[in-house]
Amino acid sequence: MERARCLEMIYPELTDTLVVTIMGASAQELYNLGHRENFFYLQHAMGLASSIGLGLAMHLPAERVVVLDGDGSVLMNLGTFATLARYRPRNLIHIVFDNGSLLSTGGFDSHTTSGITDIAAIARGAGIEHVAAVDTAVGFGEAFIAALERNDLSVIVAKVAAIGPEHYGMDLQLPENAFRFRRWIQDRKRATEQTS
Amino acid sequence: MTVSYDNSKIIFDGIKAAGIKSVSALPETWLGLLLQRAESDPDVQLVQVAKEEEAVGVAAGAYFAGTPHALLMQNHGFLGAINGIVSLAQLYHIPLCMLIALRGHWGEPYPWHTRGGIVTEAVLRALSIPFEYAREPAQVAKQIREAWTFSQSSLSPVALLLTRDLMED
Repeated sequence: MERARCLEMIYPELTDTLVVTIMGASAQELYNLGHRENFFYLQHAMGLASSIGLGLAMHLPAERVVVLDGDGSVLMNLGTFATLARYRPRNLIHIVFDNGSLLSTGGFDSHTTSGITDIAAIARGAGIEHVAAVDTAVGFGEAFIAALERNDLSVIVAKVAAIGPEHYGMDLQLPENAFRFRRWIQDRKRATEQTS
Repeated sequence: MTVSYDNSKIIFDGIKAAGIKSVSALPETWLGLLLQRAESDPDVQLVQVAKEEEAVGVAAGAYFAGTPHALLMQNHGFLGAINGIVSLAQLYHIPLCMLIALRGHWGEPYPWHTRGGIVTEAVLRALSIPFEYAREPAQVAKQIREAWTFSQSSLSPVALLLTRDLMED
């Protein structure tokens, strides 16, 4: 299964969802589908995408938040699963694309290669109730739809091939991405307050 | 030596008076009484993390959400959170209002705190993080408010160092 294909499948569902990605291939592949103002690409600080997602989800209970994480990144912040489980934001979907590889830095094997480390089991052990482990496009699509309908903290660990885009680059400066992402959220909050 | 009940209350009241609605923290002795107050106050959302670097992510999320947020941590937690502070907060111009318990400094009896205490100020300077020492209970609420204001105007991490004079009786 290819991560880019998975992203294509869920892209139509991400029009009014707050999305936080990790660095490298995941960010680029989402960007290549077409940037939206509700996408934030964490191009460094590996491990913190899910923590940003938690902060967003806890402080914006009316919004849905999707985190696009990876095995290399989440292995740098395994405590995040325990913190997510403790606060259990019902509006957060945490997707971990597990390619068993530190692809962006030369393709070294990560600890998940050959099934040695099981990220889904770690998430379950941390206390997250809804954890799906998938390795087919159909399975991924079904797990994502189930997570959308569940309205509860959901983790999806998707085994994907260790391949990425051929070219990297965005017409978006990093602080610009942060400023615009925040503005999109604040505009939406104001619009909701006016209509309510 | 015991943690100051009165000054913990003054600091917590100062956090609320600054308009801060959300606090992330990793429990530590000097912050214990403060966190108990945060836990039982319906107007403050407390997020306890497993490691301080997570709190940098949570703070960024709160900032995007528009919820005034402060980070409470020990200085050793600050040292452990540096990559997040540099490569999330500073890189993306996200403000952080950090209240840091300055363990391992003047009067410190415990050897294990001392190295972290000795290097904290130098590390803050190396990272260009503006900081002040909080020593006087009569001043600390103003210092918290000013730390908050400066973090928001500079879109930068700032640190208020909570000293032994303030935190212990």
